[in-house]
Amino acid sequence: MSFLILEGVSKYYGDFGALIDMNLSVERGEFISLLGPSGCGKTTTLQAIAGLTPVTRGRMTLDGRDITHLPVNQRGLGIVFQSYALFPHMTVAENVSFGLEMRKMPKHERDTQIAQMLKLVHLDAHAQRYPRELSGGQRQRVAIARALVIAPPVLLLDEPLSNLDAKLREEMQFELRRIQRKVGTTTIMVTHDQAEALSISDRVVVMEAGRATQIDAPYRLYEHPKTEFISGFVGKTNLLPGRVSRSASGSAVVLAQGQRLTVDAGEFADGASVTVCLRPEKLFFTEAANGTLAGHIEERFFLGSQWLYRVSSDLGELELSCANDGSAPVEEHASVHLAWADDVARLVAPQP
Amino acid sequence: MSKATNTASRWTPFALSLPSLALFALMVLLPLALTTLLSFQQYDQDKGVQSGFTLASYALVLGDSYYYEIFFRTGWIAALTTLICVLVGAPEAYILSRMGKPWRSIFLLVILAPLLVSVVVRAFGWSLLLGPNGIVNQVFQWLGIGQVKMLYTPTAVVVALVHVMLPFMVIPVWTSLQKLDPMVENAALSLNASQFTVMRRIVLPQITPGLLSGSLIVFGLSASALAIPGLLGGRRLKMVATLIYDEYLHELNWPLGAAIALALLVINLVVMLSYNAVLEGAYAKRMGRS
Repeated sequence: MSFLILEGVSKYYGDFGALIDMNLSVERGEFISLLGPSGCGKTTTLQAIAGLTPVTRGRMTLDGRDITHLPVNQRGLGIVFQSYALFPHMTVAENVSFGLEMRKMPKHERDTQIAQMLKLVHLDAHAQRYPRELSGGQRQRVAIARALVIAPPVLLLDEPLSNLDAKLREEMQFELRRIQRKVGTTTIMVTHDQAEALSISDRVVVMEAGRATQIDAPYRLYEHPKTEFISGFVGKTNLLPGRVSRSASGSAVVLAQGQRLTVDAGEFADGASVTVCLRPEKLFFTEAANGTLAGHIEERFFLGSQWLYRVSSDLGELELSCANDGSAPVEEHASVHLAWADDVARLVAPQP
Repeated sequence: MSKATNTASRWTPFALSLPSLALFALMVLLPLALTTLLSFQQYDQDKGVQSGFTLASYALVLGDSYYYEIFFRTGWIAALTTLICVLVGAPEAYILSRMGKPWRSIFLLVILAPLLVSVVVRAFGWSLLLGPNGIVNQVFQWLGIGQVKMLYTPTAVVVALVHVMLPFMVIPVWTSLQKLDPMVENAALSLNASQFTVMRRIVLPQITPGLLSGSLIVFGLSASALAIPGLLGGRRLKMVATLIYDEYLHELNWPLGAAIALALLVINLVVMLSYNAVLEGAYAKRMGRS
């Protein structure tokens, strides 16, 4: 049986469903990300688990125990708030100590635990500093230490990296994962940054308008998005509207301009309208041949590790990216031919 | 040329603040200096204020237990008023900060409204309420407690002072509550703290600066209050300000009045500065403010 289970958890404000029928099973030690645009219900989910928001319907169990109606200060979960919410009038050590004091831990035991935890987050030299004397990244690590020191069964992170600049953010992502691996705490993180969710989680829950639309491992989520929204939200993608055509020789999709793409149509019926998703990095330039797509380079962007091209073709405007292998890039306004492997195109139901 | 502009720019701030400095000198420093001079002049029962230098007025104040009693009474009434204002004002400000949109402004207005009414009018209002046949006594009688003498007692003075001074406590506390991150309380709760612990260990230390400045304002204003002790304390229950008033206008002993006024000023300053030094010092150590 799973460690943390959410069954049909819903939160309504009047008629507005901030969270609708959330079902989620989290295994012990797992790192789960709740991903979605703002207002999708990811923070509401986190607050429901934390006990900061009473739920309208549904049931939550933690390690077999029903926690649905348990008040915040009896759940014993570790929470890292978006604003970090450190106690400004306490030193780093006092901040970390607070939760242990609430658990009536004797002082000498507390001191060892605090020292261990501060070492884990590389803040042992700053124990006597006040939060206002620390940088954003250091404050964030204090917040993590304060939440982790109580050895919570579940660690909840509310957009923990959103207040950091890009470089620090990337560093902290890996740092967060390192700490989580080391401590082994079951972790649920809310984020609107798909790269962050993909890079450090075991599983990602994509949310949209209060509902979880796909729960999958990052790689599967990226390669097999269930909806057009997910395929556009998680990574870049080219979306082509078309219609399934099944014949004796196999399935294909007929695109708007009449082109046929050989694609595994999966469970889509003959004649169903679909959207074809093609990731920019799955496209490549090739010599003109039968079955290739002629195009014209409109724009070119240099992203350091890769090139991004915007190509106009018979299928409309497509994005193509390729690794910067050191060779000269294709010039802007050049005529090119594109191709891709048959098995890289994914079909999803078109967005209504 | 550059030298000239330099000196000009150096003196500009002083020049710009000259009007307010002049006003301050005229309205505060000059009367204070005159009062100081007055306190060293002689007083004669028959001839009134005489020129010359004497410490007689100070000797009189320091040598008579009558004055000590009044100073002591003023001190404890002001301190009690401050304490009650802290106990009432801090929770009031906290509740206010937690209120929703329309109610917050309405209740803030209710708290501030007394400031729009003259202190004299409010003092008369309290004397009507607390008098022998006032509403409060009628309620007491109806409850079977019987008539209680409140008017012309310290109780009446403290009650009215608290009413007048409460906004001066609520506003600074409310201001420091505004700076609080509401998530900090949730953070403490998530670490298994009880509501009470959150109040005592998280909220209270953070609103200490507001409580400090509120206490200083309330104590200072209460210790030098005139209208309320005058109207609700009556002839017998004197406080320092009413005593000064009497010396000036009834006894016509201006030098003695001036000496008492200066003594009150000095005592008030000493109390405020030491209070500030002790508590603000402890607070500054934790909040890193100098």
